[in-house]
Amino acid sequence: MTTTTMGTSFHSALENLRTTGVWKSIFRSGPAVTNRARSLKVFDNLLLHWLPVKVRENSLGVRATYYLGSLLLFLFIIMAVTGVFLMFYYRPVAPNAYYDMKDLRFVVSNGVFVRNMHRIGAHLMVLLAFWHMVHVFYRGGYKPPREFNWVIGVMLLLLTLSLSYTGYLLPWDQLAFWATTVGSNMISAAPAIGNEVRFVALGGHTVGGNTLLRFYVFHVVILPLLAFLFIGAHLWRVRKDGGLTVGAKDHDGQD
Amino acid sequence: MSDDKANPAGANADAKREASRRDVLNEITWGALGIAGLGAAALTFQFFSPNVLFELPTTFRAGDPDRYPVNSVTLLQDQLIYIVRTASGFYAVSAVCTHLGCITQWKPEVNTITCPCHSSKFQPTGERLEGPAPLPLPHYAINFTADGELQVDKLQIIKADQVLKA
Repeated sequence: MTTTTMGTSFHSALENLRTTGVWKSIFRSGPAVTNRARSLKVFDNLLLHWLPVKVRENSLGVRATYYLGSLLLFLFIIMAVTGVFLMFYYRPVAPNAYYDMKDLRFVVSNGVFVRNMHRIGAHLMVLLAFWHMVHVFYRGGYKPPREFNWVIGVMLLLLTLSLSYTGYLLPWDQLAFWATTVGSNMISAAPAIGNEVRFVALGGHTVGGNTLLRFYVFHVVILPLLAFLFIGAHLWRVRKDGGLTVGAKDHDGQD
Repeated sequence: MSDDKANPAGANADAKREASRRDVLNEITWGALGIAGLGAAALTFQFFSPNVLFELPTTFRAGDPDRYPVNSVTLLQDQLIYIVRTASGFYAVSAVCTHLGCITQWKPEVNTITCPCHSSKFQPTGERLEGPAPLPLPHYAINFTADGELQVDKLQIIKADQVLKA
């Protein structure tokens, strides 16, 4: 019975660790022996505090949410990690950008895998964001008390599309160049300020080196930071607004 | 507000009530912050609006007139204009589609300028034939330099019926 002994000694070692001052300074709520202590464990932890202490069992099934929100969160994390990987090789200047992208595909070890994760993940993210919106809409998730979280969701959709649009220019190939030319010309259609806004967005009259750098800064700093903040607010509001929406069918246990 | 508690004269008195020191200081503070905020927004906009551009000059020479035979449409690749020479003379027409800014192509076999992006079609005069383009292609001012070369000014848009006599 060596395993039991080992298990017991590991367990007691862990118990001893829990009584140390260092442990108590990190995890303030102490051993989870009461319901109150269990709740405090969630409330007191930065990484857990936005989670509900209790969830309805029927909101955990696949058909309740299709896990679309969670999938989007994981895609965002994948985008952030693979994006930082790509930043190690990509230079957002006109003479280098296209060749750095090519190097990532054909020269860098596993570069094509990382780049495609970022690229295909981005396509998936736009797709799932729309699916998430449609699903929440048909579930009535935009109704009170969740109406403000729907607004945050719309902001997140716009941020996802903006990230997608700014990232599209970065390969600096013909497709990217003309897609941005066409897209930025749509800005000019805005009355009065259209041409001014387009000029500042592109940093010139046509898509060029300034545009590439501007879109890069938006793509790797400004928009991800905004998305991070909005995602935080969005998830926190899910809990504050009473958890996930569950349709009438789920209450009857028929769905 | 704590001010209201200190001054319990009722709603009617509120309007007539003299501004307290706190009200005045609040207004001055928020007013100053508002002005500073507007100024900061204006400075930010200026900062992001570039003053030096490494773009092509808007006025440029298009070379010797003899380069362009009568009844020809020639694309100048860098400047994105067509130099058109008809029996009556020269004109310069934009090669950038008025829809969403793609570069058009001259198709001599059908005598039209077409856009590869969304299939807008124009006559060699720039007049719109079909497609989503909302406007005809603009004509730019064209003149002879002192030494007899063609010169185009892309900042001056002229009427479509103006032709530079050869």
